[in-house]
Amino acid sequence: MTEIIPPRRFKEVADAVAADAQSPRAAQSLQRRHAPLASTSAQLAMLGALPLEREGRQVTFEDLTGGVLRPAKLEIFQVNLGKLCNMACRHCHVDAGPDRTDAMMSDETVEHVIAAIKLSTATTVDLTGGAPELHPRFRDIVEAAVKAGKHVMDRCNLTILLVPRNAGLIDWLAERNVEIVASLPHYRRPNTDSQRGAGVFEKSMKAMTMLNAAGYGTGDPAHRLTLVSNPSGAFLGASQATAEREWRQSLLREHGVTFDRLFVLNNMPISRFLEWLETSGNLTAYMERLVAAFNPGAVDGLMCRNTLSVGWDGALYDCDFNQMLDLKLAPASNAHIENFDEARWHARTIVTARHCFGCTAGAGSSCGGQTA
Amino acid sequence: MAGYYNTQHLADFGKIADVQPEIGKKFFEYYGAVFADGALTAREKSVIALAVAHAVQCPYCIDAYTQDCQQKGADIEQMTEALHVAVAIRGGASLVHGMQMREKAGKLGM
Repeated sequence: MTEIIPPRRFKEVADAVAADAQSPRAAQSLQRRHAPLASTSAQLAMLGALPLEREGRQVTFEDLTGGVLRPAKLEIFQVNLGKLCNMACRHCHVDAGPDRTDAMMSDETVEHVIAAIKLSTATTVDLTGGAPELHPRFRDIVEAAVKAGKHVMDRCNLTILLVPRNAGLIDWLAERNVEIVASLPHYRRPNTDSQRGAGVFEKSMKAMTMLNAAGYGTGDPAHRLTLVSNPSGAFLGASQATAEREWRQSLLREHGVTFDRLFVLNNMPISRFLEWLETSGNLTAYMERLVAAFNPGAVDGLMCRNTLSVGWDGALYDCDFNQMLDLKLAPASNAHIENFDEARWHARTIVTARHCFGCTAGAGSSCGGQTA
Repeated sequence: MAGYYNTQHLADFGKIADVQPEIGKKFFEYYGAVFADGALTAREKSVIALAVAHAVQCPYCIDAYTQDCQQKGADIEQMTEALHVAVAIRGGASLVHGMQMREKAGKLGM
Protein backbone atom coordinates (compact mmCIF):
# COMPACT_ATOMS: atom_id res chain seq x y z
CA MET A 1 0.00 0.00 0.00
CA THR A 2 2.94 2.31 0.46
CA GLU A 3 3.56 4.23 -2.68
CA ILE A 4 7.16 5.29 -2.88
CA ILE A 5 7.53 8.53 -4.76
CA PRO A 6 10.50 8.31 -7.09
CA PRO A 7 13.06 10.84 -5.91
CA ARG A 8 13.25 11.89 -9.57
CA ARG A 9 9.94 13.67 -9.11
CA PHE A 10 11.44 16.01 -6.54
CA LYS A 11 14.72 16.20 -8.40
CA GLU A 12 12.86 17.68 -11.37
CA VAL A 13 11.55 20.44 -9.11
CA ALA A 14 15.00 21.00 -7.63
CA ASP A 15 16.56 21.12 -11.09
CA ALA A 16 13.96 23.63 -12.24
CA VAL A 17 14.84 25.85 -9.29
CA ALA A 18 18.57 25.38 -9.84
CA ALA A 19 18.13 26.31 -13.48
CA ASP A 20 17.01 29.71 -12.28
CA ALA A 21 20.53 31.14 -12.29
CA GLN A 22 19.40 34.03 -10.12
CA SER A 23 18.55 31.76 -7.20
CA PRO A 24 20.44 33.19 -4.24
CA ARG A 25 22.37 31.00 -1.84
CA ALA A 26 23.85 32.29 1.39
CA ALA A 27 24.79 28.89 2.78
CA GLN A 28 24.85 25.17 2.10
CA SER A 29 22.85 22.67 4.12
CA LEU A 30 24.55 20.94 7.04
CA GLN A 31 23.59 17.65 5.45
CA ARG A 32 25.27 18.50 2.16
CA ARG A 33 28.45 19.49 4.00
CA HIS A 34 28.26 16.37 6.23
CA ALA A 35 28.58 18.78 9.16
CA PRO A 36 28.48 17.22 12.66
CA LEU A 37 25.38 19.26 13.55
CA ALA A 38 23.39 17.61 10.75
CA SER A 39 22.66 15.11 13.55
CA THR A 40 19.82 16.19 15.85
CA SER A 41 21.33 14.28 18.77
CA ALA A 42 24.57 16.26 18.31
CA GLN A 43 22.53 19.48 18.45
CA LEU A 44 20.71 18.44 21.63
CA ALA A 45 23.99 17.32 23.22
CA MET A 46 25.62 20.68 22.41
CA LEU A 47 22.73 22.62 23.97
CA GLY A 48 22.57 20.30 26.98
CA ALA A 49 26.28 20.67 27.71
CA LEU A 50 26.30 24.49 27.84
CA PRO A 51 27.11 25.94 31.26
CA LEU A 52 23.82 27.76 31.85
CA GLU A 53 23.59 28.14 35.57
CA ARG A 54 21.16 29.71 37.97
CA GLU A 55 21.90 29.72 41.67
CA GLY A 56 24.82 27.38 41.15
CA ARG A 57 23.11 24.62 39.16
CA GLN A 58 22.31 23.84 35.54
CA VAL A 59 19.03 25.46 34.53
CA THR A 60 16.28 23.60 32.64
CA PHE A 61 13.28 25.02 30.81
CA GLU A 62 10.94 23.71 33.55
CA ASP A 63 12.97 25.59 36.17
CA LEU A 64 11.89 28.82 34.50
CA THR A 65 8.30 27.93 33.67
CA GLY A 66 7.75 26.38 37.09
CA GLY A 67 6.53 23.05 35.69
CA VAL A 68 5.31 21.41 32.50
CA LEU A 69 3.41 23.42 29.90
CA ARG A 70 -0.34 22.81 29.85
CA PRO A 71 -1.93 21.99 26.48
CA ALA A 72 -4.52 24.43 25.12
CA LYS A 73 -7.30 24.02 22.54
CA LEU A 74 -6.10 22.85 19.12
CA GLU A 75 -6.13 25.83 16.77
CA ILE A 76 -3.32 25.37 14.26
CA PHE A 77 -2.68 22.32 12.09
CA GLN A 78 0.83 22.96 10.79
CA VAL A 79 2.24 20.82 8.00
CA ASN A 80 5.87 20.79 6.93
CA LEU A 81 5.79 19.60 3.32
CA GLY A 82 9.53 19.05 3.11
CA LYS A 83 12.96 20.62 3.26
CA LEU A 84 13.39 21.50 -0.41
CA CYS A 85 13.89 25.25 -0.84
CA ASN A 86 15.09 27.54 -3.60
CA MET A 87 17.19 29.38 -1.03
CA ALA A 88 19.67 28.36 1.66
CA CYS A 89 19.62 31.01 4.39
CA ARG A 90 22.37 31.12 6.99
CA HIS A 91 19.98 31.05 9.96
CA CYS A 92 17.66 28.25 8.73
CA HIS A 93 16.50 26.02 11.60
CA VAL A 94 15.15 23.46 9.10
CA ASP A 95 18.47 22.92 7.28
CA ALA A 96 16.47 23.45 4.10
CA GLY A 97 18.03 24.00 0.70
CA PRO A 98 17.98 23.15 -3.00
CA ASP A 99 19.67 19.81 -2.27
CA ARG A 100 17.05 18.54 0.22
CA THR A 101 15.01 16.30 -2.10
CA ASP A 102 15.63 13.55 0.48
CA ALA A 103 13.07 15.01 2.90
CA MET A 104 9.80 15.52 0.99
CA MET A 105 6.31 14.35 1.91
CA SER A 106 5.15 11.21 0.07
CA ASP A 107 1.78 10.94 -1.69
CA GLU A 108 0.62 8.47 0.94
CA THR A 109 1.41 10.90 3.77
CA VAL A 110 -0.27 13.74 1.83
CA GLU A 111 -3.46 11.64 1.78
CA HIS A 112 -3.22 10.99 5.54
CA VAL A 113 -2.70 14.72 6.12
CA ILE A 114 -5.74 15.65 4.03
CA ALA A 115 -7.89 13.10 5.87
CA ALA A 116 -6.70 14.39 9.26
CA ILE A 117 -7.32 18.03 8.29
CA LYS A 118 -10.93 17.16 7.45
CA LEU A 119 -11.41 15.45 10.85
CA SER A 120 -9.56 18.06 12.89
CA THR A 121 -11.19 20.80 14.97
CA ALA A 122 -8.25 23.10 14.18
CA THR A 123 -9.41 26.30 12.50
CA THR A 124 -6.15 27.11 10.70
CA VAL A 125 -3.98 25.04 8.39
CA ASP A 126 -0.44 26.41 8.31
CA LEU A 127 1.77 25.16 5.47
CA THR A 128 5.52 25.40 5.82
CA GLY A 129 8.77 23.81 4.65
CA GLY A 130 11.36 24.39 3.01
CA ALA A 131 9.40 26.26 0.42
CA PRO A 132 6.02 24.49 0.63
CA GLU A 133 5.10 25.82 -2.82
CA LEU A 134 7.79 23.54 -4.32
CA HIS A 135 5.90 20.39 -3.29
CA PRO A 136 3.99 18.90 -6.27
CA ARG A 137 0.94 18.34 -4.00
CA PHE A 138 0.95 21.84 -2.43
CA ARG A 139 -2.16 22.96 -4.29
CA ASP A 140 -4.00 19.70 -3.45
CA ILE A 141 -3.52 20.29 0.28
CA VAL A 142 -4.51 23.96 0.04
CA GLU A 143 -7.64 23.03 -1.91
CA ALA A 144 -8.63 20.30 0.55
CA ALA A 145 -8.10 22.57 3.57
CA VAL A 146 -10.08 25.43 2.01
CA LYS A 147 -12.93 23.02 1.17
CA ALA A 148 -12.86 21.80 4.79
CA GLY A 149 -13.50 25.41 5.83
CA LYS A 150 -10.05 26.08 7.27
CA HIS A 151 -8.14 29.34 7.20
CA VAL A 152 -4.99 28.51 5.24
CA MET A 153 -1.59 30.15 5.76
CA ASP A 154 1.24 29.75 3.26
CA ARG A 155 4.64 30.33 4.92
CA CYS A 156 6.29 31.83 1.90
CA ASN A 157 9.87 33.04 1.38
CA LEU A 158 8.73 35.62 -1.26
CA THR A 159 11.44 34.77 -3.83
CA ILE A 160 9.74 31.45 -4.58
CA LEU A 161 6.88 33.43 -6.15
CA LEU A 162 9.27 34.57 -8.91
CA VAL A 163 10.33 31.04 -9.91
CA PRO A 164 8.88 30.39 -13.41
CA ARG A 165 7.02 27.21 -12.38
CA ASN A 166 5.01 29.29 -9.88
CA ALA A 167 3.67 31.74 -12.48
CA GLY A 168 0.01 32.37 -11.64
CA LEU A 169 0.32 31.00 -8.11
CA ILE A 170 -0.42 34.35 -6.41
CA ASP A 171 -3.76 34.71 -8.20
CA TRP A 172 -4.59 31.06 -7.45
CA LEU A 173 -3.93 31.62 -3.74
CA ALA A 174 -5.86 34.90 -3.78
CA GLU A 175 -8.91 33.16 -5.26
CA ARG A 176 -8.87 30.85 -2.22
CA ASN A 177 -8.26 33.61 0.35
CA VAL A 178 -5.02 31.99 1.47
CA GLU A 179 -3.06 34.18 3.90
CA ILE A 180 0.54 34.80 2.82
CA VAL A 181 2.90 34.69 5.79
CA ALA A 182 6.10 35.89 4.19
CA SER A 183 9.53 35.77 5.76
CA LEU A 184 11.62 38.90 5.28
CA PRO A 185 14.47 39.26 7.78
CA HIS A 186 14.61 43.06 7.58
CA TYR A 187 12.95 45.97 5.77
CA ARG A 188 16.26 47.08 4.26
CA ARG A 189 18.74 45.32 2.00
CA PRO A 190 21.91 44.77 4.13
CA ASN A 191 20.47 42.53 6.84
CA THR A 192 18.19 40.68 4.43
CA ASP A 193 20.92 39.86 1.91
CA SER A 194 23.46 38.93 4.60
CA GLN A 195 21.13 36.15 5.80
CA ARG A 196 19.57 35.05 2.55
CA GLY A 197 22.05 35.82 -0.25
CA ALA A 198 22.87 38.72 -2.54
CA GLY A 199 19.91 40.08 -4.45
CA VAL A 200 17.24 38.53 -2.23
CA PHE A 201 15.98 41.86 -0.92
CA GLU A 202 15.38 43.19 -4.42
CA LYS A 203 13.54 40.00 -5.41
CA SER A 204 11.47 40.17 -2.23
CA MET A 205 10.37 43.70 -3.08
CA LYS A 206 9.38 42.51 -6.56
CA ALA A 207 7.32 39.67 -5.03
CA MET A 208 5.65 42.11 -2.61
CA THR A 209 4.76 44.38 -5.53
CA MET A 210 3.12 41.40 -7.26
CA LEU A 211 1.27 40.46 -4.07
CA ASN A 212 0.01 44.03 -3.62
CA ALA A 213 -1.19 44.04 -7.25
CA ALA A 214 -3.21 40.87 -6.50
CA GLY A 215 -4.83 42.60 -3.50
CA TYR A 216 -2.56 41.20 -0.79
CA GLY A 217 -1.35 43.52 1.96
CA THR A 218 -3.87 46.23 1.21
CA GLY A 219 -6.06 45.94 4.31
CA ASP A 220 -8.45 43.31 2.90
CA PRO A 221 -8.87 40.70 5.67
CA ALA A 222 -9.49 38.00 3.04
CA HIS A 223 -6.08 38.67 1.47
CA ARG A 224 -3.80 39.20 4.39
CA LEU A 225 -0.07 39.63 3.85
CA THR A 226 1.82 39.05 7.08
CA LEU A 227 5.57 39.69 7.17
CA VAL A 228 7.83 37.71 9.49
CA SER A 229 11.11 39.24 10.65
CA ASN A 230 13.95 37.66 12.55
CA PRO A 231 17.11 39.22 13.99
CA SER A 232 20.25 39.27 11.87
CA GLY A 233 22.53 37.92 14.57
CA ALA A 234 22.92 36.81 18.17
CA PHE A 235 20.36 39.13 19.73
CA LEU A 236 16.61 39.15 20.37
CA GLY A 237 13.86 40.44 18.14
CA ALA A 238 12.79 44.09 18.22
CA SER A 239 9.49 45.26 19.70
CA GLN A 240 6.85 44.11 17.22
CA ALA A 241 4.60 47.18 17.41
CA THR A 242 7.44 49.70 17.10
CA ALA A 243 9.12 47.73 14.32
CA GLU A 244 5.85 47.47 12.40
CA ARG A 245 5.51 51.26 12.24
CA GLU A 246 9.10 51.64 11.10
CA TRP A 247 8.75 48.90 8.45
CA ARG A 248 5.45 50.28 7.17
CA GLN A 249 6.83 53.78 6.65
CA SER A 250 10.12 52.68 5.10
CA LEU A 251 8.74 49.99 2.75
CA LEU A 252 6.10 52.39 1.44
CA ARG A 253 8.51 55.30 1.06
CA GLU A 254 11.44 53.39 -0.44
CA HIS A 255 9.69 50.62 -2.39
CA GLY A 256 6.02 51.54 -2.66
CA VAL A 257 4.86 48.26 -1.07
CA THR A 258 2.43 47.58 1.78
CA PHE A 259 1.63 44.75 4.18
CA ASP A 260 -0.99 44.05 6.85
CA ARG A 261 0.96 43.05 9.93
CA LEU A 262 4.46 42.17 11.12
CA PHE A 263 5.54 39.23 13.28
CA VAL A 264 8.92 39.48 15.01
CA LEU A 265 10.51 36.14 15.93
CA ASN A 266 13.63 35.18 17.83
CA ASN A 267 16.19 32.96 16.14
CA MET A 268 16.16 29.44 17.55
CA PRO A 269 19.44 27.74 18.51
CA ILE A 270 18.81 24.87 16.10
CA SER A 271 20.49 23.58 12.96
CA ARG A 272 22.31 26.22 10.87
CA PHE A 273 21.72 29.06 13.36
CA LEU A 274 23.13 26.83 16.11
CA GLU A 275 26.17 26.12 13.94
CA TRP A 276 26.65 29.85 13.27
CA LEU A 277 26.36 30.65 17.01
CA GLU A 278 29.00 28.07 17.79
CA THR A 279 31.49 28.98 15.05
CA SER A 280 31.12 32.73 15.66
CA GLY A 281 31.77 32.29 19.39
CA ASN A 282 28.31 33.59 20.34
CA LEU A 283 26.65 30.39 21.55
CA THR A 284 26.99 30.58 25.34
CA ALA A 285 26.37 34.33 25.47
CA TYR A 286 23.27 33.97 23.25
CA MET A 287 21.83 31.19 25.40
CA GLU A 288 22.58 33.20 28.56
CA ARG A 289 20.79 36.13 26.93
CA LEU A 290 17.72 33.94 26.25
CA VAL A 291 17.67 32.64 29.85
CA ALA A 292 18.16 36.13 31.32
CA ALA A 293 15.34 37.49 29.14
CA PHE A 294 12.88 34.76 30.21
CA ASN A 295 9.43 36.33 30.31
CA PRO A 296 6.70 34.46 32.23
CA GLY A 297 4.12 36.53 30.33
CA ALA A 298 5.20 34.87 27.08
CA VAL A 299 4.35 31.34 28.22
CA ASP A 300 0.56 31.35 27.76
CA GLY A 301 0.79 32.25 24.07
CA LEU A 302 3.38 29.62 23.14
CA MET A 303 2.48 27.87 19.91
CA CYS A 304 3.32 24.39 21.23
CA ARG A 305 0.17 24.63 23.38
CA ASN A 306 -2.30 25.06 20.48
CA THR A 307 -0.43 23.64 17.48
CA LEU A 308 -0.07 20.20 15.95
CA SER A 309 3.10 20.04 13.86
CA VAL A 310 3.29 17.40 11.11
CA GLY A 311 6.68 16.48 9.67
CA TRP A 312 7.40 15.60 6.02
CA ASP A 313 7.41 11.90 6.96
CA GLY A 314 4.08 12.10 8.83
CA ALA A 315 5.64 12.14 12.31
CA LEU A 316 3.95 14.50 14.80
CA TYR A 317 5.44 17.11 17.12
CA ASP A 318 4.43 19.91 19.50
CA CYS A 319 6.02 22.52 17.23
CA ASP A 320 8.22 22.99 14.17
CA PHE A 321 11.29 23.49 16.37
CA ASN A 322 10.79 20.17 18.17
CA GLN A 323 10.31 18.68 14.72
CA MET A 324 13.75 19.88 13.62
CA LEU A 325 15.30 18.33 16.74
CA ASP A 326 13.34 15.09 16.25
CA LEU A 327 11.59 15.48 19.64
CA LYS A 328 8.37 13.65 18.82
CA LEU A 329 4.91 14.08 20.30
CA ALA A 330 4.21 12.15 23.50
CA PRO A 331 3.12 9.40 23.77
CA ALA A 332 4.89 7.71 20.84
CA SER A 333 1.70 5.74 19.99
CA ASN A 334 0.04 9.05 19.01
CA ALA A 335 3.02 10.48 17.14
CA HIS A 336 2.15 9.69 13.52
CA ILE A 337 -0.48 11.25 11.27
CA GLU A 338 -1.65 7.82 10.10
CA ASN A 339 -3.22 7.00 13.48
CA PHE A 340 -3.54 10.46 15.05
CA ASP A 341 -6.19 10.79 17.75
CA GLU A 342 -7.06 14.40 18.58
CA ALA A 343 -8.74 13.49 21.89
CA ARG A 344 -5.51 11.90 23.12
CA TRP A 345 -3.54 14.92 21.87
CA HIS A 346 -5.35 17.13 24.39
CA ALA A 347 -4.01 15.04 27.29
CA ARG A 348 -0.39 15.06 26.14
CA THR A 349 2.68 16.33 27.96
CA ILE A 350 4.44 18.98 25.88
CA VAL A 351 8.04 18.04 25.13
CA THR A 352 10.58 20.74 26.00
CA ALA A 353 14.35 21.20 26.05
CA ARG A 354 16.81 24.08 26.18
CA HIS A 355 15.99 25.41 22.69
CA CYS A 356 12.60 26.41 24.18
CA PHE A 357 14.32 29.39 25.89
CA GLY A 358 14.17 31.00 22.43
CA CYS A 359 10.35 31.18 22.51
CA THR A 360 10.07 32.67 26.01
CA ALA A 361 12.78 35.34 25.72
CA GLY A 362 11.91 39.02 25.62
CA ALA A 363 8.46 39.59 24.21
CA GLY A 364 8.13 35.89 23.39
CA SER A 365 8.29 34.25 19.99
CA SER A 366 6.00 31.87 18.15
CA CYS A 367 4.85 31.17 14.60
CA GLY A 368 2.22 33.83 15.34
CA GLY A 369 4.79 36.44 16.40
CA GLN A 370 5.37 37.84 19.87
CA THR A 371 3.30 36.23 22.61
CA ALA A 372 3.62 38.45 25.68
CA MET B 1 43.39 46.76 39.51
CA ALA B 2 43.92 45.12 36.12
CA GLY B 3 43.72 48.28 34.03
CA TYR B 4 41.72 51.38 33.26
CA TYR B 5 38.94 49.60 31.36
CA ASN B 6 37.26 46.28 32.19
CA THR B 7 34.34 44.79 30.19
CA GLN B 8 32.87 43.38 33.42
CA HIS B 9 32.29 46.96 34.59
CA LEU B 10 29.47 47.27 32.05
CA ALA B 11 27.66 44.20 33.40
CA ASP B 12 28.24 45.46 36.95
CA PHE B 13 27.17 49.05 36.21
CA GLY B 14 24.05 48.76 38.40
CA LYS B 15 26.24 48.08 41.42
CA ILE B 16 27.33 51.72 41.39
CA ALA B 17 24.11 52.29 43.36
CA ASP B 18 25.29 49.99 46.17
CA VAL B 19 26.78 53.13 47.68
CA GLN B 20 24.44 56.11 48.14
CA PRO B 21 21.54 54.02 46.75
CA GLU B 22 18.96 56.85 46.84
CA ILE B 23 20.95 58.90 44.35
CA GLY B 24 21.83 55.86 42.24
CA LYS B 25 18.19 54.77 42.11
CA LYS B 26 17.13 58.22 40.92
CA PHE B 27 19.72 58.11 38.15
CA PHE B 28 18.60 54.70 36.86
CA GLU B 29 14.93 55.64 37.02
CA TYR B 30 15.69 58.78 35.04
CA TYR B 31 17.79 56.78 32.59
CA GLY B 32 14.98 54.29 32.02
CA ALA B 33 12.47 57.08 31.46
CA VAL B 34 14.77 58.83 28.97
CA PHE B 35 14.98 55.74 26.76
CA ALA B 36 11.30 54.77 26.81
CA ASP B 37 9.10 55.20 23.73
CA GLY B 38 7.88 58.80 23.66
CA ALA B 39 7.78 61.56 21.08
CA LEU B 40 10.85 59.71 19.75
CA THR B 41 10.78 55.91 19.54
CA ALA B 42 13.08 53.83 21.76
CA ARG B 43 14.81 52.80 18.53
CA GLU B 44 15.50 56.41 17.49
CA LYS B 45 16.84 57.16 20.98
CA SER B 46 19.12 54.15 20.78
CA VAL B 47 20.59 55.39 17.49
CA ILE B 48 21.15 58.84 19.03
CA ALA B 49 22.83 57.16 22.02
CA LEU B 50 25.14 55.27 19.68
CA ALA B 51 26.21 58.52 18.02
CA VAL B 52 26.74 60.26 21.38
CA ALA B 53 28.68 57.22 22.65
CA HIS B 54 31.22 57.80 19.85
CA ALA B 55 31.33 61.54 20.50
CA VAL B 56 32.12 60.99 24.18
CA GLN B 57 34.31 57.99 23.24
CA CYS B 58 32.83 55.69 25.86
CA PRO B 59 33.68 52.04 25.10
CA TYR B 60 31.00 50.78 27.50
CA CYS B 61 28.34 52.86 25.75
CA ILE B 62 29.56 51.79 22.28
CA ASP B 63 29.35 48.13 23.36
CA ALA B 64 25.89 48.53 24.87
CA TYR B 65 24.32 50.66 22.13
CA THR B 66 25.76 48.70 19.21
CA GLN B 67 23.90 45.68 20.55
CA ASP B 68 20.83 47.71 21.48
CA CYS B 69 20.63 49.30 18.01
CA GLN B 70 20.92 45.89 16.33
CA GLN B 71 18.29 44.43 18.62
CA LYS B 72 15.95 47.33 17.88
CA GLY B 73 16.29 46.64 14.16
CA ALA B 74 18.86 49.20 13.00
CA ASP B 75 21.23 47.92 10.33
CA ILE B 76 24.93 48.65 9.84
CA GLU B 77 24.29 51.38 7.23
CA GLN B 78 21.94 53.26 9.57
CA MET B 79 24.34 52.89 12.50
CA THR B 80 27.25 54.12 10.37
CA GLU B 81 25.25 57.18 9.29
CA ALA B 82 24.57 57.95 12.97
CA LEU B 83 28.30 57.65 13.68
CA HIS B 84 29.03 60.17 10.91
CA VAL B 85 26.57 62.61 12.46
CA ALA B 86 28.69 62.52 15.63
CA VAL B 87 31.88 62.82 13.59
CA ALA B 88 30.49 65.75 11.60
CA ILE B 89 29.50 67.65 14.75
CA ARG B 90 32.84 66.94 16.39
CA GLY B 91 34.72 67.97 13.23
CA GLY B 92 32.46 70.96 12.69
CA ALA B 93 32.95 72.05 16.29
CA SER B 94 36.70 72.20 15.73
CA LEU B 95 36.39 73.84 12.37
CA VAL B 96 33.98 76.56 13.45
CA HIS B 97 36.52 77.63 16.12
CA GLY B 98 38.69 78.49 13.15
CA MET B 99 36.61 81.62 12.80
CA GLN B 100 37.96 82.74 16.17
CA MET B 101 41.47 82.07 14.90
CA ARG B 102 40.73 84.04 11.74
CA GLU B 103 39.31 86.99 13.65
CA LYS B 104 42.31 87.15 15.98
CA ALA B 105 44.79 86.67 13.15
CA GLY B 106 43.02 89.32 11.12
CA LYS B 107 43.26 91.79 13.94
CA LEU B 108 46.94 91.19 14.66
CA GLY B 109 48.17 90.68 11.14
CA MET B 110 48.78 93.32 8.49
